[in-house]
Amino acid sequence: MTATVKAATADALPQVRTDRLPLLILPVVMLLALPAIFDVPAWLTLTLAGLAMGMMIFLMASGLTLVFGLMDVLNFGHGAFISVGAFVGASVMLPLAAWMQADSFALNMAVLLPGILAAMLVSGALGYGFERIVIAPVYGQHLKQILITMGGLIVAEQAIHVVWGPDQIPLPRPTSLRGAFIIGDVAIEKYRLLAVAVGLLVFLAMMLVLNRTKLGLLIRAGVENREMVESLGYRIKRLFVGVFVAGSALAGLGGVMWALYQETVTASMGMQVMVLVFIVIIIGGLGSVGGCFIGALLVGLTANYVGFLAPKLALGSNILLMVLILLWRPQGLYPVARR
Amino acid sequence: MSEPILSLRGLNTHIAQYHILHGVEFDVPRGQLTMLLGRNGAGKTTTLRSIMGLWRASAGEILFEGRNIAGLSTPEIARLGIAYVPESMAIFADLTVKENLVLAARNGPLDGARLDWLFGLFPAMKRFWTLPAGVLSGGQKQMLAVSRAIVEPRKLLLVDEPSKGLAPSIIANMITAFRELKQGDTTILLVEQNFNFARQLGDSVAVMDDGRIVHRGSMAALASDAGLQQKLLGLSLDAHQ
Ligand SMILES: Nc1ncnc2c1ncn2[C@@H]1O[C@H](COP(=O)(O)OP(=O)(O)OP(=O)(O)O)[C@@H](O)[C@H]1O
Ligand SMILES: [Mg+2]
Repeated sequence: MTATVKAATADALPQVRTDRLPLLILPVVMLLALPAIFDVPAWLTLTLAGLAMGMMIFLMASGLTLVFGLMDVLNFGHGAFISVGAFVGASVMLPLAAWMQADSFALNMAVLLPGILAAMLVSGALGYGFERIVIAPVYGQHLKQILITMGGLIVAEQAIHVVWGPDQIPLPRPTSLRGAFIIGDVAIEKYRLLAVAVGLLVFLAMMLVLNRTKLGLLIRAGVENREMVESLGYRIKRLFVGVFVAGSALAGLGGVMWALYQETVTASMGMQVMVLVFIVIIIGGLGSVGGCFIGALLVGLTANYVGFLAPKLALGSNILLMVLILLWRPQGLYPVARR
Repeated sequence: MSEPILSLRGLNTHIAQYHILHGVEFDVPRGQLTMLLGRNGAGKTTTLRSIMGLWRASAGEILFEGRNIAGLSTPEIARLGIAYVPESMAIFADLTVKENLVLAARNGPLDGARLDWLFGLFPAMKRFWTLPAGVLSGGQKQMLAVSRAIVEPRKLLLVDEPSKGLAPSIIANMITAFRELKQGDTTILLVEQNFNFARQLGDSVAVMDDGRIVHRGSMAALASDAGLQQKLLGLSLDAHQ
């Protein structure tokens, strides 16, 4: 995240002030929604739903923001990894539906975890191929990137139709992740809790890697100035491929989680969530994982609050949110220092 | 004299469709400090970037220890033992001073004795050790950029206008640093506009104009010939001071 200086006089140590203002938006939005909704249990439910949705969008968006930050690559094909992840996960889980529907947490997990793992592996592998074949030839050429990655997304969607058929596939949640904990008047859906936990875990792991490991430092340095990283003797392309693959695998994870949330899998789901994903990475500041995280939660909360208060506005609310944030900070919440 | 550590032979560089370097030729003798001088826009930065592989040479050879490195990738060139301090400094603003140096140390953890030596030359590095480099002043950023290049021993340093924007006291430290590096067997190719700085350090000198080398010789000869300075650099030492 960014820091600003108060004074850098010759003698005094400059005051480093971490920029926490964007962090305040989340509680502010939550608190503003409370009187509008005027119903504490409903507000709590919507807030949890919003956070859960935000976490899943974060999973899908975090890789893409780093991909853009590192190599200025605009990858509209990212949605393909989301859809493919969901289908692969479904392919692993559906044949074992009996275990999914068994009233046993252990059996449920014995299906869910391999499903998620397979989704991440296949999406990651697909990401590797996609980077080599589709992205590598168009480094530095934005217009071509947009066209060819859009094309890649369409091809992927068609390929999904060929492999898994044209229909949407129902994907019921495992038994132990259905239903809610009821506390007083408040229903806390189990699956939403899980989504929040997974999102938080991934976020914390990413922060740890980015801040505490040499690999992470290289990624952050590369987002700022890739020429200098190369001049220090590091192959930025390799780093980029690694980030691309990891980002694709996370998109696959997000895809499975999203599909289980909706309890259906469709070939176009990737393309549909990509609108939200792009809004999130623009709000967050291109290349910033922290900004992406806050942006994703903000988008999730807004979608749920507005969907409840004024369903007709739900579609436009996230775009309005993006416009407002960009009016406040034209580079997004956490602009990344560049060159 | 021994074989030069670096020789440019007929180096041509294009940036997009523009032909910037037209057959640049000069040697950088091993263990010496070579100054590359010239007016604004002469092609000094382009020459250094071509050596680093940041611009592709369109013709000619870049011989490093006898091997043509034109065509190698930038990371490969860096790993041969060439360090680069760009004109823009290119410090990583979001990373701390320490993290900037950790990345520059390719061969493992930072070396304590080397760090102490660095801190002696640039005390600010020690003071700001855990702060994001973005909060440093311009001069401190310049010191960090140089520190990053020398945090591990390298064979050849390419340094682009390190004196730009520095206070005289810091320039003195910079001069000490380069002198000590030279004694420690590092060869330096230094681009400089500040002739007063250049004359204190340079062993030999190459002067560029319009993408070509227009003069090669010893620094002593150039420093003692005001007329030649006037002709080559468009300045006299007195006027510059
Ligand atoms: N990215 C670029 N695109 C087009 N032309 C460029 C680019 N970079 C440099 N040039 C041109 O190349 C020529 C040499 O520039 P260069 O930066 O190498 O000069 P320099 O000697 O380092 O000048 P200065 O002392 O101002 O730093 C100039 O005419 C400049 O306009
Ligand atoms: Mg220059």
